[in-house]
Amino acid sequence: MSNKVLMKGAEALAEGAIQAGCRYYFGYPITPQNETPEYMSRRLPEVGGRFVQAESEVASINMVYGAACAGVRVMTSSSSPGISLMQEGISYISGSDVPCVIMNAMRGGPGLGNIAPAQADYFQAVKGGGNGDYKRIVLAPSSIQEGVDLFIDAFELADKYRMVVMVIVDGLIGQMMEPVEFKTRVDVSTLKTPEWATVGRHGRDHANIITSLTLDAPGLEQWNLKLQAKYAQVELAESRIEEYQMDDADYAIIAYGTMARIAKTTVRIARAQGIKLGLLRPITVWPFPAKQIQAYIGKLKGTLTVELAYRQLFEDVQLTLCDKMPLGWYGRGGGIVPGPQEILTAFEEQFGKGR
Amino acid sequence: MEHNVVIAGFGGQGVMLLGELLAHAGMDEGKEVTWLPSYGPEQRGGTANCAVVVADEPIASPILTDPQAAIVFNRQSFDKFEPVVEKGGLLVLDSTLIDRKSSRADLDVVYIPATDIAMELGNSKFTNMVLLGAYLGKVKPISMASVHGSLAVFLTGKKAALIEVNKKALQAGVDFVNKK
Repeated sequence: MSNKVLMKGAEALAEGAIQAGCRYYFGYPITPQNETPEYMSRRLPEVGGRFVQAESEVASINMVYGAACAGVRVMTSSSSPGISLMQEGISYISGSDVPCVIMNAMRGGPGLGNIAPAQADYFQAVKGGGNGDYKRIVLAPSSIQEGVDLFIDAFELADKYRMVVMVIVDGLIGQMMEPVEFKTRVDVSTLKTPEWATVGRHGRDHANIITSLTLDAPGLEQWNLKLQAKYAQVELAESRIEEYQMDDADYAIIAYGTMARIAKTTVRIARAQGIKLGLLRPITVWPFPAKQIQAYIGKLKGTLTVELAYRQLFEDVQLTLCDKMPLGWYGRGGGIVPGPQEILTAFEEQFGKGR
Repeated sequence: MEHNVVIAGFGGQGVMLLGELLAHAGMDEGKEVTWLPSYGPEQRGGTANCAVVVADEPIASPILTDPQAAIVFNRQSFDKFEPVVEKGGLLVLDSTLIDRKSSRADLDVVYIPATDIAMELGNSKFTNMVLLGAYLGKVKPISMASVHGSLAVFLTGKKAALIEVNKKALQAGVDFVNKK
């Protein structure tokens, strides 16, 4: 008998955060991720942590900022419109070089939209959202188990690079139940307050100051160059991809998260019909696994990018593959999730029977 | 091998629990499982439903657009899911509460007076177990023993006293389809 438990995604991911040593959560409710703060409000006091329901998303992210400056493992979670409200704070946290983890359960947009699964916050997550030249690591799990495992990685990466790490999921992963196993990987007792944390001088000869304000331009440029060097290092070291049925593939679907999961069935159906289709699934969407995808140049006859959005992931695929092969695209919006057969039909419309 | 089923009815009829029980029992057998509820506004006022997949291989899509089977507790759910069950699929319905016959000739339809059977066992709340029994009597994604094992996980404390009668309700469902 395994140690698996049947858990809702939004709760399992929260437990993943606790296993990773997260002891502080600040947030404001929004569907479809309310089970995450609910779970945190119950669990954090049990492990000596603190849960605060803030008065708004703006307050939440600034509380996260404060806790991050104190060098503790901290997170917030929200869904699309709430994440939009947090963008200023995310930029400040990034500009201040402090770590935190943010989960976005993406929902249909724009605006208030709806609560159905979507991936239309890709640009916001991957390209920016807040002001200034900053990047955050963006992890995109496609199952609850992977979400739990990536949540642990998220806190490790955030601390390692002193960066914002965002985990993007959707209502499907948040509301679904799947068996999940928690493998304790972080010895919380060994987590130490970092040297840079603003927790008092404690006999040091200097006070730590954390700010994103640098008025003199050359100084701010130097700071930017330091950030850019860090981002370059992350791009080299941290991109991840799953390559499914790619060994002999003539074509590949490129998709992430929930969409990739469904595209896997498309691959199976296509294979049964003799179409040599595979799946390239970015696990990190920033850094984008460009090198891994470029390795298929000359081997593939084309790719079909599939997303719950309109040509957002597709832009990164275009930047990655340029004119090296035919690039097809298929997407749905507004919370509609296409089934495996619909994706196969889109593939056949663009690439024929794949022979 | 993959079994998938949509379970639908009013909130409070034990629809979600039936699905969870099925998923939990599948997990205990070492199978891959997903349980996906309808949520948010969709859940309010109308029908509640969940989709359960039990499979030997990792499950790609937890969303069921054309399920192999549907277990329906009321007329609204029947109207909603009857058209989408795949050709040759299974429809298990509570004929105590649903007065209409299926218009599809390509389905295996089980009309079981589940609420009546549950009332005979003492409480209409056992209706979900009667329907689950009927489903398990037709297709066997998991063994009855595993469902019994999961019952003990879900019904603890004071509710543990209800395990035996729930087992009886399950068996009543199985017996109903085996008699036919």
